[in-house]
Amino acid sequence: MSTPSDKPASPGRRAFLAGSGVVVSFALFGTLRVRAGQENTLGATVLNPKLPGDLKIEPMLDAWIKIDATGITVCSGKVELGTGVKTALWQVAADQLALPLERFRFVTADTALTPDEGYTAGSHTMADGGTAIFHAASQVREMLVEAAAAKLGVPSAQLVLDNGIIRSPDGGQLTYEEAAAGVNLHRVAAETSPATDPAAYRYIGRNVARVDIPAKVTGGAAYVQDMRPDGMHHARVVRPPNRGAVLASVDIPSAARMPGVVRVIRDGNYLAVVAKGEWQAVVAMRALQASAQWRQTEAFPDNASIHRVLKTLPKLDYVSTRQGAAGVRQAAPVPEAPPPVPLDGPHVERLAATKQYVLHGSIGPSCALAVWRDGILTVWTHSQGVFPLRAGIAGLLGLPKEQVRCVHVEGSGCYGHNGADDAAADAALIAHRMPGVPIRVQWMRDQEAGWEPLGPAMETSLEVATGADGSLAAWRHALWSTPHNERITNPGRLLAAWLVSQPIAPSPPSPIPQPEGDADRNAVPLYRVPDVRVDMHFVTQMPFRTSAMRSLGAHINVVTIESMMDRLAERHGQDPVDYRLAQLDDPRAIGVIRRVADEFGWKTMAPRPANRGVGFAFAQYKNLMGYCALALEVEVDPERRSIRVLRVVAAVDCGQIVNPDGLTNQIEGGIVQSTSWTLYEQVQIGGVGVRSVDWQSYPILRFPQVPDRIDVHMLDQPGKPFLGAAEIAQGPTAAALVSAVGEATGRRMLQLPLVPNLWP
Amino acid sequence: MIELNVNGAVHRVDVDPATPLLYVLRNELALNGAKFGCGMGQCGACTVLVDNRPVFSCLYPVSSTAGRTVRTVEGLGTPAHPGPLQKAFVDTQAVQCGYCIAGMIVRAQALLEAVAHPTEAQIRAHMSPNLCRCGTHMRILEAIRRVASSGELHRAASKENRS
Repeated sequence: MSTPSDKPASPGRRAFLAGSGVVVSFALFGTLRVRAGQENTLGATVLNPKLPGDLKIEPMLDAWIKIDATGITVCSGKVELGTGVKTALWQVAADQLALPLERFRFVTADTALTPDEGYTAGSHTMADGGTAIFHAASQVREMLVEAAAAKLGVPSAQLVLDNGIIRSPDGGQLTYEEAAAGVNLHRVAAETSPATDPAAYRYIGRNVARVDIPAKVTGGAAYVQDMRPDGMHHARVVRPPNRGAVLASVDIPSAARMPGVVRVIRDGNYLAVVAKGEWQAVVAMRALQASAQWRQTEAFPDNASIHRVLKTLPKLDYVSTRQGAAGVRQAAPVPEAPPPVPLDGPHVERLAATKQYVLHGSIGPSCALAVWRDGILTVWTHSQGVFPLRAGIAGLLGLPKEQVRCVHVEGSGCYGHNGADDAAADAALIAHRMPGVPIRVQWMRDQEAGWEPLGPAMETSLEVATGADGSLAAWRHALWSTPHNERITNPGRLLAAWLVSQPIAPSPPSPIPQPEGDADRNAVPLYRVPDVRVDMHFVTQMPFRTSAMRSLGAHINVVTIESMMDRLAERHGQDPVDYRLAQLDDPRAIGVIRRVADEFGWKTMAPRPANRGVGFAFAQYKNLMGYCALALEVEVDPERRSIRVLRVVAAVDCGQIVNPDGLTNQIEGGIVQSTSWTLYEQVQIGGVGVRSVDWQSYPILRFPQVPDRIDVHMLDQPGKPFLGAAEIAQGPTAAALVSAVGEATGRRMLQLPLVPNLWP
Repeated sequence: MIELNVNGAVHRVDVDPATPLLYVLRNELALNGAKFGCGMGQCGACTVLVDNRPVFSCLYPVSSTAGRTVRTVEGLGTPAHPGPLQKAFVDTQAVQCGYCIAGMIVRAQALLEAVAHPTEAQIRAHMSPNLCRCGTHMRILEAIRRVASSGELHRAASKENRS
């Protein structure tokens, strides 16, 4: 049965809509928030730092698990982005509740229904969301068993949990729903949970087939793009050529007279058209676009000059240090930190690396639906963070948050902060002007490419001093980058807010602090070095809008670190794998490296023919999360300017594995995706701004360029925390490719992407 | 009115004849399989079969389907009764976000109907117009190889099975 609290209902916050409706109050939160209140790195507010996982930000058990006469529902504020986490979280809940998967519902991010877990990002989902469900489910199960013991009149130790039935030795039995009657789940989670034996898991550690796949392979409704509510109209936006352009003139009457068009919206530099039919909206959008005259106010750097330009722009210096065995300390930012004294001595090695801007490049451009009805603006979105988005949209439209509901529905994979939030804001803005009409906004390909926040262009430099035996003595890493985390912390972070006649300024950039890091993610090496300093030159003026893309700065930082380790091994006459092992203390790091070396046959490889090369790389993501070591072999064809990846062997340690096949899928995906970034990808910039508008001006890997073979080995850690997977392979893949291509070509190219830079 | 034959059923729709087939499939016929990806024939998310050949439905005018048959991923099977490729994609869990997958399955269907046992190079070349951003390629290739090894989609083979 339901567990209504005695507090007054607060439907705006979290009315549970299903069935008879458990309406839960969160009046308690006001006081808790005042006392705690720091935000975590994903934009959610920590209420109780002592609790495990995301129970820190949502300590009430009934926010996660609801039981009433209609059944059992587990709620997660995390979302399915195509990584399989919905199934994996469901598995965790099933084992900890001791219920079959099909015996309960599983609901993901909806501002009206689920906990606010901030963004689904940063390989945090299993570590934070999975851990919260792991503990909440265990504690609720224990409460139900105790309740059943009282109701059945037997000691709880004698009860058996049997597929959702609690049985006593004397034949008594209760369903979970019956046991829950009268039990108040509206209580704060405990810091520790009843222990479960990993050997007894029925789902955790098993290859449960993903729940979302059958619909996706048969044309079922699976994406926000597939929603067609009655009366839906189609909207298209018209964008300026760049952010600074000013709309000088546009022919609205002609567009308004076109077939099917019901509305043309202009608000400052914001332009949109609404039509009954989708193709009618596209045709009208094109006409409106063709008639629009824009006045340019900005000039843009090009691909050749961008790294030089980055060093001239306003910045903040964030200096992080690690001395001896102490943790990383990050100093408060200053406009100009005194530079480190250059290292000297007999063994000092230096290198520098660059990467260009990259696109998230979702195959499906961003899309959203919204309707303004009965005083509630409901937005269906593939955003990574429905709660921050709700606050942003409410601010943009001048509505109280309680009048905006954001519901996650899957979209095309995003890989970070793409156009999802901005398309949702477009749908909200247009729907708010057309009460009662469901509005579907679909961005076009060139709009997604031109307006998604880019993965930042970066430059790194590294200087390392070693002892005569190769031991690392001092480490100086410097990097230049615009922000990697321009999430929706205020309405001004939404694109529409810049274009309307009353624009809202974005909140000032602020990096994710160490140890997770931002542009400096993974810049601090896991290797044993007594004296480490990392200078992040955080460029606060963005020539191009940038934000989070998988792995943030780790992609180029791991390239930088691992290229240095290769050079140092060579300088000291050591094998690259042996050299790395000698500088590491963490047994789990050593474990994945040894496994890859064995499986790849690193020590027993035959000499390679000309044009072939091998590379080895390692990183622990953020020095906190999943461990990934990787070796690969490539063959280059300078005549055809092509690189073929012959084989890749990876080993990962992501703690307790929930779904081995899902983990393998993520690692394979990370390897292939990073192969594409590292070998081929760069946004063409210059002139009026972003010049990559489609897949010809921004080529990515196609099937003929896919590696011949990828083998993923998993080192399971039963009983250990979940560590996340989706972003752990990108850095090591890039570093191993740089190394292998270096051997194969005889040129140690550290300017990404490799193919256009090797053979311009 | 334009008449079109999709997945064996005849539909009459009242649209501008220049409308790309994709928009008619998705909106007038409420079929979700073919996806909008680029609108320029560069990514393959919208791939459908017209007279057994893969086409980019985002570019293909609906009027050009006159006298031809259109097949989409919905025509290849259902969750309860998946076609061979759909089953292989489920068996190999060859999906991450899945947005590109319907187009992948449809394009692979065209190859395996025409060529019983394509080589790896043939498969890769044939699949080249379709993009995947999640990096699911290894599994997509494995799913196609599984069906290729059986040869069951080859038109000659299917005819034999039916007779």
